[in-house]
Amino acid sequence: MHKEFLMGNEAIAMGAIAAGVDLVCGYPGTPSTEVLETVAKHRPQDCYVEWSINEKTAMEVAAGAAYAGSRVLVTMKQMGLNVASDPLMCVEYVGVKGGMVVLVADDPGPISSQTEQDTRSFARFSKVPCFDPSTAQEAYNMMEEAFALSEKYGTPVFVRPTTRVSHGYASIDVKDAAEYVSHRPEGFIKDTKKWVIFPRASFANHQRIEKRNAALTAEFSQLRFNRIEAETDANAGCRKGIAAGGISYTYAREALKELGNVRLLKVGTPFPFPEELALQFLEGLDEVLCLEELDPVIERELAYLCGKHSLHVKIRGKLTGDTPSAGENTVDSVKKTVAAFLEKKLTEGSSLDLPPLPVRPPVLCAGCPHRASFYAVKQAMKGKKSIYCGDIGCYTLGNAMPLDMVDTCLCMGAGLGIAQGVFHTEPDTSCFAFVGDSTFFASAIPSVINGVFNQADFTLVVLDNSTTAMTGHQPHPGTGRTMMGENVPAISIESVLKGIGLTCVETVDPLDHEAAVACIKRVAAQQGVKAIIFRSPCIAIAKPAGKCAVDEDACIGCRTCIDEIGCPALTFADGRAVIDEGQCTGCGLCSQLCPVSAIAPAGKEARHE
Amino acid sequence: MSKNIILCGVGGQGTVLASRLISAAAMKEGLPVQSAETIGMAQRGGSVFSHIRIGEGVNTPMIGLGEADLILGFELGEAVRQLPYLKKDGRVIAADRAVMPVTASLGGGYDPSLMRRYLQEYVTHLQIVEVEKAFEELRSSKVLNLLLLSAAFHADALGLKKESMLFAIEDNVPPKFLDLNKKAFCYFD
Repeated sequence: MHKEFLMGNEAIAMGAIAAGVDLVCGYPGTPSTEVLETVAKHRPQDCYVEWSINEKTAMEVAAGAAYAGSRVLVTMKQMGLNVASDPLMCVEYVGVKGGMVVLVADDPGPISSQTEQDTRSFARFSKVPCFDPSTAQEAYNMMEEAFALSEKYGTPVFVRPTTRVSHGYASIDVKDAAEYVSHRPEGFIKDTKKWVIFPRASFANHQRIEKRNAALTAEFSQLRFNRIEAETDANAGCRKGIAAGGISYTYAREALKELGNVRLLKVGTPFPFPEELALQFLEGLDEVLCLEELDPVIERELAYLCGKHSLHVKIRGKLTGDTPSAGENTVDSVKKTVAAFLEKKLTEGSSLDLPPLPVRPPVLCAGCPHRASFYAVKQAMKGKKSIYCGDIGCYTLGNAMPLDMVDTCLCMGAGLGIAQGVFHTEPDTSCFAFVGDSTFFASAIPSVINGVFNQADFTLVVLDNSTTAMTGHQPHPGTGRTMMGENVPAISIESVLKGIGLTCVETVDPLDHEAAVACIKRVAAQQGVKAIIFRSPCIAIAKPAGKCAVDEDACIGCRTCIDEIGCPALTFADGRAVIDEGQCTGCGLCSQLCPVSAIAPAGKEARHE
Repeated sequence: MSKNIILCGVGGQGTVLASRLISAAAMKEGLPVQSAETIGMAQRGGSVFSHIRIGEGVNTPMIGLGEADLILGFELGEAVRQLPYLKKDGRVIAADRAVMPVTASLGGGYDPSLMRRYLQEYVTHLQIVEVEKAFEELRSSKVLNLLLLSAAFHADALGLKKESMLFAIEDNVPPKFLDLNKKAFCYFD
């Protein structure tokens, strides 16, 4: 055992390694991404790691490996669980042989997601047991327990951190390499009665699963991650208690540090719920405040228990309006709620009347090729009736002013289907679907086939920056590099599209503005499904071309560069455009649209006379 | 009692490394550390922060309002944004630097001098660090984080030993930039 300063996601990865994990797969998504990356960085001998093309495939790869006896970890964010839900719902019925931990990171807020869905609720729906860590240390410890539980009952098991646990750092106790469990998979043993899902087997399995989960409510009551923490002597006889899970438990502890301890139920396995322990907790209480983010899971469980056992305890939380129904909790929001619940006063902080602060919505980076792509389409389609269906990735930020080029955004790969639906409703609209290269491979291909088969008319725009940029530059099938570090043949987006039957597929560099506009005009005029691939690498992985420079004497202060493209490297001072050299990558887009050619592209003089 | 430090700035300014260095130095001294930082979409030019809590009795990495002993501001407006977290009599060390958001260039408006004046009016222990001069002397503008750490160290606001900080720098900075970063950390010696 030794101490290490680890991010929650790193702790989860190290916990999996210590538990002898044989295979790790997943699809990147904030806040889950670092788990797989950490395993890949520390990769113990014989452990196989891959970024799969999407969460559904990852879940199936994980299931297959677990059928063959491997200990597997499959990672994703909560949105990814929706994609992977088909195999997961079924694999719970079929069961596994090797331990299978499904790591799903939830995103209260939401900070980087479309929804505030709760994997604890998904656990109840799918019947998969769920661990919910409050700290990095607990997340580390839970991994060993999760693998053991998975193998004991032959079931996948969720470990579900939230953003603040995944991305919080702490100095924690971790095992030395010599203490790691070494594990050798037995291999796949044929047994069609077990591995082939059939209605009759599913009926029997359903009965088995319900029985197991009922038994787990007792077993989990003994687990160290679920516990009752006692009130201080000063609060003896207080008939109020607090129930909390996840990061909210740590906020509750901070609040009670200030307000004095009352009885606290800490829930580390929200499903199956530790019922026996919860009954002990409820004993002698009149009121309970539930502190949790996303769904009122603990609150519903306690209210259910009170009904089941005819207890007269008032359960407070989201359903009663005592805590917010949406968004993240904070140390301060929890302190306030707890103080109100206990009818105690908090020490007042001084309130500040802050001046108007700069507004900083996230924006496309300076030099981002997506900016050039969006701007080219905008220019090419000026005055024409068109719709721009966006998708999930950095390029969602194309919605910001002044580009304003994302009319819809739903979920991974959805832009293509939405463009088709709009076309079938109003055929006179030019429909565009923008999709990134990683998202193209993850979830766009079936929708291209759908469009071709069903005779839709839309322009597919693939924004190929040769990486998975938003989540931190993971490899994908187009990069020709795997997470194991192998060089493999890159899959060509053009070939995929031509293989499906598209006859119009053009590739163009978006940073060559004139050529890009001409290409869009040409392609969009074609009938049916056609495609433009804008190919230019993400600025985070490409060497900058240099810096653009404004010729102060030539600049007429017309603001065209600033008002048209919204590049963060461009500002306006003393009636002239100014380029922040620290940010400029020399992409040259601004120099191409300056009406008086006052901006010199990287390494060149301005063209003006 | 714990020491609570907030680092704040705009995505890409180097708050993450600075936060790492403080935590690593505290670890080196055998102190328990917890921290939290902004990761994800907000990193693309948005407001970012790191919370660091050093010492015993810490339940959560997140710092509550009015609990920070020190705010290290990489940008004037961002330092002001975090002021509600500052303890009464807490310290603010801020770079004399403004990053214009795209919204300001498009007409949203942002007056950094207003931020400077506000800090001067409301913060008792304030140090505004003239970074431009240091950038010139060090011939690099990529050392804002180490300069601020240098200022904080010299104000004795980190509560950490110099050798622990230097150890953390050596352990976390790529060899190519090590000399420059060490020089920047020693700038206020």
